[in-house]
Amino acid sequence: MSEMVSTIKKICKRYGNDRARLMDIVNEVQDALGHVPREAFGLIAREANTHRVEVESVVSFYAFLSDKKQGAVVIRLCDDIIDRFKGSEAVGDALVAALGIGFDETTADGKITLEKTPCIGMSDQAPGMLVNDTVITNLTPAKIPDLVRQLMANPDPQALVAEPGDGNNADSLICAMVNNNIREAGPVILADYRKNAGLRKALTQTPEEVIEDVKTSQLRGRGGAGFLTGFKWELTRKARGTEKFVLCNADEGEPGTFKDRVLLTERADLVLEGMTIAAYAIGAETGIIYLRGEYAYLRGFLEHTINQRREAHLLGNTILGHEGFNFDVRIQMGAGAYVCGEETSLISSCEGTRGDPTDRTPFPVVKGYMVSPTAVNNVESYCCAARIMDKGPGWFASIGTARSAGTKLLSVCGDCERPGIYEIPFGTKLRELLARAGAEDVAAVCVGGPSGQMVGPAQFDLGISYEELSTGGSVMVFSNQRDILEVADAFMEFFVDESCGYCVPCRVGNVLLKNRLERVRKGVGEQKDLDYLQRLGESVKFTSRCGLGQTSPNPILSTLKNFRPVYNALVKENKTGFHKSFNIMKAVEQASAIAGRRSEIFHA
Amino acid sequence: MNDTFKITIDGKEIEARQGQTIMDAADAAGIYIPRLCSHPDLKPIGSCRVCTVVVDGRPQAACVKPVMDGMVIENDTPAVLQHRRNIIDMMFVEGNHFCMFCEKSGNCELQALAYRFGITAPQYPFQFPEKEVDGSHPDILLDHNRCIMCARCVRASQELDGKNVFQSIGRGFHRKIGVNGEKELGDTDMAVSDRATEICPVGCIIKKRVGYEVPIGQRIYDKAPIGSDIEEVHP
Ligand SMILES: Cc1cc2nc3c(=O)[nH]c(=O)nc-3n(C[C@H](O)[C@H](O)[C@H](O)COP(=O)(O)O)c2cc1C
Ligand code: SF4
Ligand code: FES
Ligand code: FES
Repeated sequence: MSEMVSTIKKICKRYGNDRARLMDIVNEVQDALGHVPREAFGLIAREANTHRVEVESVVSFYAFLSDKKQGAVVIRLCDDIIDRFKGSEAVGDALVAALGIGFDETTADGKITLEKTPCIGMSDQAPGMLVNDTVITNLTPAKIPDLVRQLMANPDPQALVAEPGDGNNADSLICAMVNNNIREAGPVILADYRKNAGLRKALTQTPEEVIEDVKTSQLRGRGGAGFLTGFKWELTRKARGTEKFVLCNADEGEPGTFKDRVLLTERADLVLEGMTIAAYAIGAETGIIYLRGEYAYLRGFLEHTINQRREAHLLGNTILGHEGFNFDVRIQMGAGAYVCGEETSLISSCEGTRGDPTDRTPFPVVKGYMVSPTAVNNVESYCCAARIMDKGPGWFASIGTARSAGTKLLSVCGDCERPGIYEIPFGTKLRELLARAGAEDVAAVCVGGPSGQMVGPAQFDLGISYEELSTGGSVMVFSNQRDILEVADAFMEFFVDESCGYCVPCRVGNVLLKNRLERVRKGVGEQKDLDYLQRLGESVKFTSRCGLGQTSPNPILSTLKNFRPVYNALVKENKTGFHKSFNIMKAVEQASAIAGRRSEIFHA
Repeated sequence: MNDTFKITIDGKEIEARQGQTIMDAADAAGIYIPRLCSHPDLKPIGSCRVCTVVVDGRPQAACVKPVMDGMVIENDTPAVLQHRRNIIDMMFVEGNHFCMFCEKSGNCELQALAYRFGITAPQYPFQFPEKEVDGSHPDILLDHNRCIMCARCVRASQELDGKNVFQSIGRGFHRKIGVNGEKELGDTDMAVSDRATEICPVGCIIKKRVGYEVPIGQRIYDKAPIGSDIEEVHP
């Protein structure tokens, strides 16, 4: 039996030859062999009781999986717009020069592969890159030759970490050069707290009372959509099903968002406490943390935290002596797909299939993971829930605004003095936040990431809240030195790359939108191209199947609305009477060549 | 429990039953909602979005959205029709559709929808993607140029043929229909008698050697526009 065959058989066996664990299987095959070879699709399918094409379907979906042989070391340079503005393109050039290869290529000795990847959640210390699971931040072109030399001598990327970052980043189980950059702690999430006080309190109440408390607190989901958490738990509790599940959404894929990274580093216990409270409230025995592939460096630490909680009877059977309350958690690794942050995609991915979203009737609270009632919540939502149980729903509801209770954790990045994490009460004005972050000469702020809104100074007096400026955490600042349409273009590129392709408007519409925006940016667009962008953008929003396509035209629609003069300056009328994108000289070139003479009317 | 109730489509009150989709209820009442990925013998998946309607102010795919008592639905409004037309145009420009030379012409649901919507040319620029043609199977041709990713073949193979010949692979604009064989369709257990062979709404999956058995001019949509069969039903 060849080595490949025995390796694959071993991996499949470790996951019980279970097709529902296909994600874990192909992730491990990728790690072990440097790719998931096409010749192995059939074998994996047989071992995991599925079909060859299903394996291909999964492998071809996730950016971190490849059917082509990659180096033992894969460098993924973050290609987010924030990183570009901080110089990532020059860093990329330096990598190309030092390695002697282009992007999406592998060195001749087969050792190192170079790729680009969307936001890796390090925008506060950009430019950054992943070297396998290791994060390297604050890059400059000057640092690259040395880094590459070190990697060639010693392929262990962890050896590149000279000095670990602050807080738990220095923990031996993380040991990353990442910094938390916590700029302002608030009363709810980043304040000092009594560990497990919330859980102990919950266990003195009935599950229904716990749900009532979370409802009274007015807690709304922190992942972006803002659904009432207590209500979601109640629906999950009431839904019929022998088994129920608690899922923690740690996919954090929205560019410019990195607050869950910091919570998983500094508040892992609080996240797990919140999940345990949710499990008690809805009657679940199994939990899953869906951890984005980019945060693989946190996996060992999280697993250790889970183990410690098992030993302390905070997870496992008869939690804290509470007869009949059993709950345990596993980690599901993602593999580079933004759409997997959408809750139904996340569930598909946990079930071992490609991350296509599914229809939201029935909703996951009725039929979610393994067709069972499932509560999916964001990392920060679980933290809030644990604190609410400890300090009381009234305390929580008294913070923030009438329709947005509590505080929000923001990740601020881009053109400002103090990028990092700010815990602010809801209702805080954007202008005030910008001042605290040391942002001057601001032309535009993207609130909520590419799927959110690009706003200008006229909107700076709005508050951060569900009712005014809503965000899952991302706040990107752009100074008046930046080209706002370059930002919009980069965001459209992101959506084109990340669309799952399931539905027509998102699969095709985003490509058409991006192409037309490029035309306008080149200065060969006209007024009617702006109408085209508006109408097409509205159709994509209106008809797309999931939240990705329903928000993907926002970079264009919000800039058309808030930065119209920028567009108008680019589409000034032209005098020739032809479309501006039409070049008559070029058009007659070939005919002139055939005729052997130049055009009488159109010539240079 | 009484499980029939009324819903309203474009101001017309119709009967609906618990468990029906909006499309089921509309069909039964003789109201045609345009569609492509949906097929009466298959589970609906809501991928083409041509059936988008407005339900109580929010867009929904009629083929997957279950009816609820008292629903108010907009189907035939200028705004909804425009969105649908835009989607149909998108399908034309994302592939390579040469209707006038296509064996499926006249039986093609995409072409028929375009006619129903009065589309003579798409408003978006053609993307001219490079697509594969797989002629490896002795009896069946798979021409990805004309695929609209409706996944009818995927579902038909699983749900009706008890096989697993097709599945989506890749993502985004590069998504395509993959086959369950080492390389090509010829490596799979697909048979010409499979339902998956004849369920393609366009000319992507085609039976070899029978392309012109029915002459152009005498084909399904040469006789009546798509949707007429539904509109003829009067409850
Ligand atoms: C394309 C897309 C990506 C998303 N990514 C995330 C994410 O990374 N993290 C997250 O918590 N929610 C994300 N969401 C929202 C989730 O679908 C879901 O609403 C959320 O996890 C629910 O948790 P909450 O109620 O606690 O916010 C995303 C939604 C969409 C449409
Ligand atoms: S909107 Fe459609 S194509 Fe886009 S990610 Fe969602 S399901 Fe996929
Ligand atoms: S027919 Fe409903 S989405 Fe295709
Ligand atoms: S006529 Fe529609 S695909 Fe050929």
